[in-house]
Amino acid sequence: MNRVLSGAGWIAVTAALVFAAGTVALGRGETINALWLVVTALCTYALAYRFYSRFIAHRVLRLDDARLTPAVRYNDGLDYVPTDKYVLFGHHFAAIAGAGPLVGPVLAAQMGYLPGTLWILVGVVLAGAVQDFIVLFASTRRDGRTLGDMVRSEMGPVAGVIALIGVMLIMIILLAVLALVVVKALAHSPWGTFTVFATIPIAMLMGVYTRFIRPGRIMEMSVIGFILLMAAIWYGGHVAEDPAMAAAFTYSGEALALMIIAYGFVASVLPVWLLLAPRDYLSTFLKIGTIVGLAIGILVVMPELRMPAVTRFIDGSGPVFSGSLFPFLFITIACGAVSGFHSLIASGTTPKMLERETQARMIGYGGMLTESFVAIMALIAACVLDPAIYFAMNAPPAAIGTTPASAATALSNWGFLITPDALEQMARDIGESTILSRAGGAPTLAVGMAHILSGFIGGPALMAFWYHFAILFEALFILTTVDAGTRVLRFMIQDLFGTIVPAFKSTQSWGANLVATTMAVGAWGYFLYQGVVDPLGGINTLWPLFGISNQMLAAIALILCTVVLFKMKRERYAWVTLVPTAWLLACTLTAGWQKLFHPDPRIGFLAHATRFSDAQAAGQVLAPAKNAEEMSRIIFNDYIDAGLCALFIIVVLAMVGYGIAWIRRALADPNVTVHEVGYEPGVATAAAPAGAMPRGAE
Amino acid sequence: MQEAFDLYARMRRAARLMVGVPDYDAYVAHWRTNHPGEPFMSYEEFFRDCQERRYGGKDGRMGRCC
Repeated sequence: MNRVLSGAGWIAVTAALVFAAGTVALGRGETINALWLVVTALCTYALAYRFYSRFIAHRVLRLDDARLTPAVRYNDGLDYVPTDKYVLFGHHFAAIAGAGPLVGPVLAAQMGYLPGTLWILVGVVLAGAVQDFIVLFASTRRDGRTLGDMVRSEMGPVAGVIALIGVMLIMIILLAVLALVVVKALAHSPWGTFTVFATIPIAMLMGVYTRFIRPGRIMEMSVIGFILLMAAIWYGGHVAEDPAMAAAFTYSGEALALMIIAYGFVASVLPVWLLLAPRDYLSTFLKIGTIVGLAIGILVVMPELRMPAVTRFIDGSGPVFSGSLFPFLFITIACGAVSGFHSLIASGTTPKMLERETQARMIGYGGMLTESFVAIMALIAACVLDPAIYFAMNAPPAAIGTTPASAATALSNWGFLITPDALEQMARDIGESTILSRAGGAPTLAVGMAHILSGFIGGPALMAFWYHFAILFEALFILTTVDAGTRVLRFMIQDLFGTIVPAFKSTQSWGANLVATTMAVGAWGYFLYQGVVDPLGGINTLWPLFGISNQMLAAIALILCTVVLFKMKRERYAWVTLVPTAWLLACTLTAGWQKLFHPDPRIGFLAHATRFSDAQAAGQVLAPAKNAEEMSRIIFNDYIDAGLCALFIIVVLAMVGYGIAWIRRALADPNVTVHEVGYEPGVATAAAPAGAMPRGAE
Repeated sequence: MQEAFDLYARMRRAARLMVGVPDYDAYVAHWRTNHPGEPFMSYEEFFRDCQERRYGGKDGRMGRCC
C-alpha cells in the first residue's frame, strides 16, 4: 500500500513538473509568474533526487554502510567527527554556496530566462550534482583526501601536478573576477562604499570580542555584528545625502581596485581571529539568512517575470557578454549548474565528517541541488526587472552612452522602451546617482532582490535600504573569499615553488610568506586592474575566463570520477560521468578556442590584439587608450589573456590524455585497481593521515 | 518541548559547524571515552584551534566556494 501511495505521489510530482514546465515554455508573448519557475525547479530536483541519485548510489557506486567512513575510523573529536547528516548538510551547503550562483545567472539573463533555466536544471541533475556526489564518495573512500591527492594516486604524479596548476590558475581568476564584482558595485556609490568600509572596523571589534571579551561566543558576536551592520546601512543613507561625506566615500573603479589589492595584502597577513574569522561568521550567517529570505520573498510576492523567455541576444551580440548561446551560456552559468570548484569542497572537510557512506547522496547530490535553487532565485531576481532596466544596468558605456537620454535611445533601439525619467527614477529609488552600466551582476541582483524584498517588507520606502543590504551581503562574502583565497593561493605558491627552492616552502619564514603573498595578490590584482580599465566593463573579459576555468576544473574532476569508475570495473555505468564530461569538454574547448581565435574582436583576444596593433601601426589611438603607451598595454593584456586561455586548454587536454590512458589500462586489467581504503569493514587498512593524530598529543 | 529543544540544539550545531567550529561537547565526550585521564583543550583553546585550522591555509584547502 505504501509503495502504491508513494508511486502515486511521484506521478503527481511528475505531472506538476510537466504542467509547470509547459507553462514556462509555452507562455510566450505574455509575462509568466516566477512561481512557475520555482515549481518547475522543485519538481525537477525532487524527481532527480528520488530516482537518478538513487540509481547512482545503489547501482553505480554501490554505497555500502558496512564500510566505515574516515570520520568513524579516525574519530578525533576535531577534524574527523561523525556528524549528524542534517548538520553536515548545512556545513557543506554553506561551503559551496558563494557569489558564483548569484552572479552567473544574472549575466546569463541577457538571453532571456528560458535558456538559463534549462541549463541550470539539466546541468545540475546530470553534471553538477553528479560531480559533487561522486567526488565526495571517492574522497570518503580515500581518508578524505583532496582532489589533487586523488588525481595523483589514481592517475599518476604528473597528472597530479597538472591538476594542481589548473587549480591555482582558477584561484587567480576567481579572486580577480570576484574582486571586480565588488569594485563594479561600489564604484561611484558612496552609500555602498561606506557600508562595506564599515564592515572592517565592525569585524575587528567582533574579532576582539570573541578573542578576549567573550571567547568563542559566536552567537552573541553575530547578533551584535548584525545589528551594527544594519546600523551601518542605515547611516550610509545619510552619508550619501551629505555632500561632504559623500565625496569622501566616492571613488573611481581604479581607486577601489588599488584599495582592494592593498586590502588583500594586509588582510591576508593579519591574524585570522582579528578580521577574517569574524567577518566569515557574519557573512556566512547573512548569506544563509538572505537566501532563505529571498526564497520566502519570491513565494510571498509571486513576482511576474518581465524579461522575455528568449531575447534576440542569443545570436551572440549581447551587451553583457559576447558570444553565442553555445558555448557561452554554458560558460557564464557555471556555479548553479556545474561548478568545478565544488570538487575542492567535496574533497575538503565534508568527507571527514560523514557518518555513513550512504549519506554522501543527500549531502553531495542534495547539497548541489540546493545550490542550483539559489541560482534559479538569482535568475528570477534578474528577470523580474523591466528588461530595459536590466540592460541599462548591464550594458557597457560603449553601447549605451553615459547619460539617461543616450541610454534610453539605445535601449529603445534594441526594442526595450523606457524614458530617461524612468531610468533616473530607478536610481533615486535605490539611493544611487545612476544605474547605467553597473555591470558585474551584483547591482542588478541587488535591484531585483530589493524589488522582491521591498514587496515583502517595507514597500518602496525601504527599496534603497534593501538594495544596499543586498550589495553589502554580496561584498561581505566576496571579501571574505578574497581574503581566505589569497591565503590558500599563497600556500599553493609556496608549495609549488618550494619543490624547486626548498627554503620557500617554510610557512614560518616571514620572507617566504611575504614574497608568496605578494605573488598571490599580484597575480589576481593584475587581472582585477586590467578588468577595471577595460572599456567593455571587464566582466565581459574576465567572467568567461572564470567560467571556462571553473568548467574545466569540473571536467578534470569528472575525468577523475570516470577513471575511478573504470578502475572499480563499473564501466557499464561510466556514461554517468562520461556524458557530462563530454559536454563540458565540448563547451569549454569551443569557448576557449573562440576566446582565442574568434575573428570578432569582442570575443577573440587575438583578434582584439590585432585590431589594436593595426591601429597602432597606423599611428591611431583607439578608445579606451589615450596614448600609444596605453595601446601597447592593451595589446599586452590581450596576449596575457590569450596565453591564460591557451594554458587552460592545454591543462584540460593533458588531463583528457591521462584519463584515456588510465581508462585503457583499467579495461585491460581484469581486477579492481582503485586505491581505496577501509575495504574490510571495521579494519583501518592504512596508517592514519597526519591530521588524524590526537590533538592533545602534539 | 524536548523536540523543539533538540531542533534548536541541532540548528545551533549546524550554524557553528558552518563557520568551522565543530561540537565541543562531542570533542569532550570523545576524549573522556577514548583518552581517559589525558588533558584536553578548554573551550577557549578549542575555539582558537578551530579558527587557526580553518583559515591557516596550512593544508592548502579552500574551505569556501566562489
